[in-house]
Amino acid sequence: MSDAWNLFLLAAFVDNMPLTLFLGLCTFLALSRRTESAIGLGVAMTFVLGVSVPLNHLIYQAVLAPGAWAWAGRPELDLSYLALIAFIGVIAAIVQLLEMVLDRYFPRIHAAFGVFLPLLTVQCVILGGSLFMVERSYNFAQSAVFGFGSGVGFFVAVVMLSAIRVRLAYADLPAGLRGLGIAFVLTGLMSLGFASFTQMAAAQ
Amino acid sequence: MVARAPYWKTLTQPLIRQNPVTLQILGLCSALAVTTTLATALTMSVSLTIVVTLSCGIISLIRRHIPDTIRMIVQIVIIAAMVIVIDQFLQAYFAEISRALSVYVWLITTNCVVMARTETYASHNPPLPSMVDGFGYGLGYSLILMILGGLRELFGKGELFGAQVLPLADQGGWFTPLSLMLLAPSGFFLLGGMVWAIRSIRPEQAEAPEHTPPARMEPAQ
Repeated sequence: MSDAWNLFLLAAFVDNMPLTLFLGLCTFLALSRRTESAIGLGVAMTFVLGVSVPLNHLIYQAVLAPGAWAWAGRPELDLSYLALIAFIGVIAAIVQLLEMVLDRYFPRIHAAFGVFLPLLTVQCVILGGSLFMVERSYNFAQSAVFGFGSGVGFFVAVVMLSAIRVRLAYADLPAGLRGLGIAFVLTGLMSLGFASFTQMAAAQ
Repeated sequence: MVARAPYWKTLTQPLIRQNPVTLQILGLCSALAVTTTLATALTMSVSLTIVVTLSCGIISLIRRHIPDTIRMIVQIVIIAAMVIVIDQFLQAYFAEISRALSVYVWLITTNCVVMARTETYASHNPPLPSMVDGFGYGLGYSLILMILGGLRELFGKGELFGAQVLPLADQGGWFTPLSLMLLAPSGFFLLGGMVWAIRSIRPEQAEAPEHTPPARMEPAQ
């Protein structure tokens, strides 16, 4: 239990996707102008990551990993180089499925998500989550915790950034720094703050 | 010369004026993650430029045969195939750099620069201009990556391409490396500073204020 909790903390705070691993920055910066859109993005992200990482783990182990075809008499077959295409396909399918289910049964939530859902297909965080899962060879339970934790980390970071950016209305910024420039500086400061979690992990 | 002018414009437009990283907020993920040293930044730049040029060319060739409803999937599969080839090549010939880049080579697949060019330009234009356009955007991305990588390696380690440029203090020189430069926050600060610099030179890129403060209310008596 405590292992799972540690992994969750690691995924959510120490290895925070946008702030320390630089993943998903495009949407992170583009959709953090308003808090409502940030919350929508964060929730969608947590859900898709929490589902796609464990599912990709199953597919990787069953079909792609070296030796996965041993039962068919082909133990030398190594399809791991196909992982990229397989993962993208799975993610696109999950996003599409989620969109259809939400549209059919929860139209209000679907309307709230708006354009973010289809965008998630090309999100580096989601693909990155699956790739890290392979690189660090997590088992099924670990990959589920890791996926969920990364999603929560993204949610926290994007909501915090959007809250700060709304307050920027009161700041008198130089013209060139407005918008993207100051967003980078803010993200850098938040990233400095999150760096302290690394120390916490090292101290354990 | 007249016939070549549009190509030249397509090629140079993305360098500063339409730069994918500093103006369009595209492809940031890899731009920051791989720029701790110049060598990884260069590898990433070359890989991305090759991928974006070739996938723009291929998608433009088959643009009339892709059904509109599934074009995203088709584009992603083509891009992913290119990335797999590049990744296998790097693993075979540059094993060390490939390990340093970790999953970021694979993440070229979801790099918004590639997707944006294939979606907005290559799917409506003939192959040659598309490839020039893709190459130009690759160069614009590379330019930012090389500047960032150079600054971070120079001030973080006193090295360029792994060769000592500034003599380090603990080896009898005068330079104390700023280890913050190798950590995540400095990447954000440097890029923020670059955006500011470019927009000071080109004020037309500056954005309008995002939020206007509510009207000041007189304190109740």
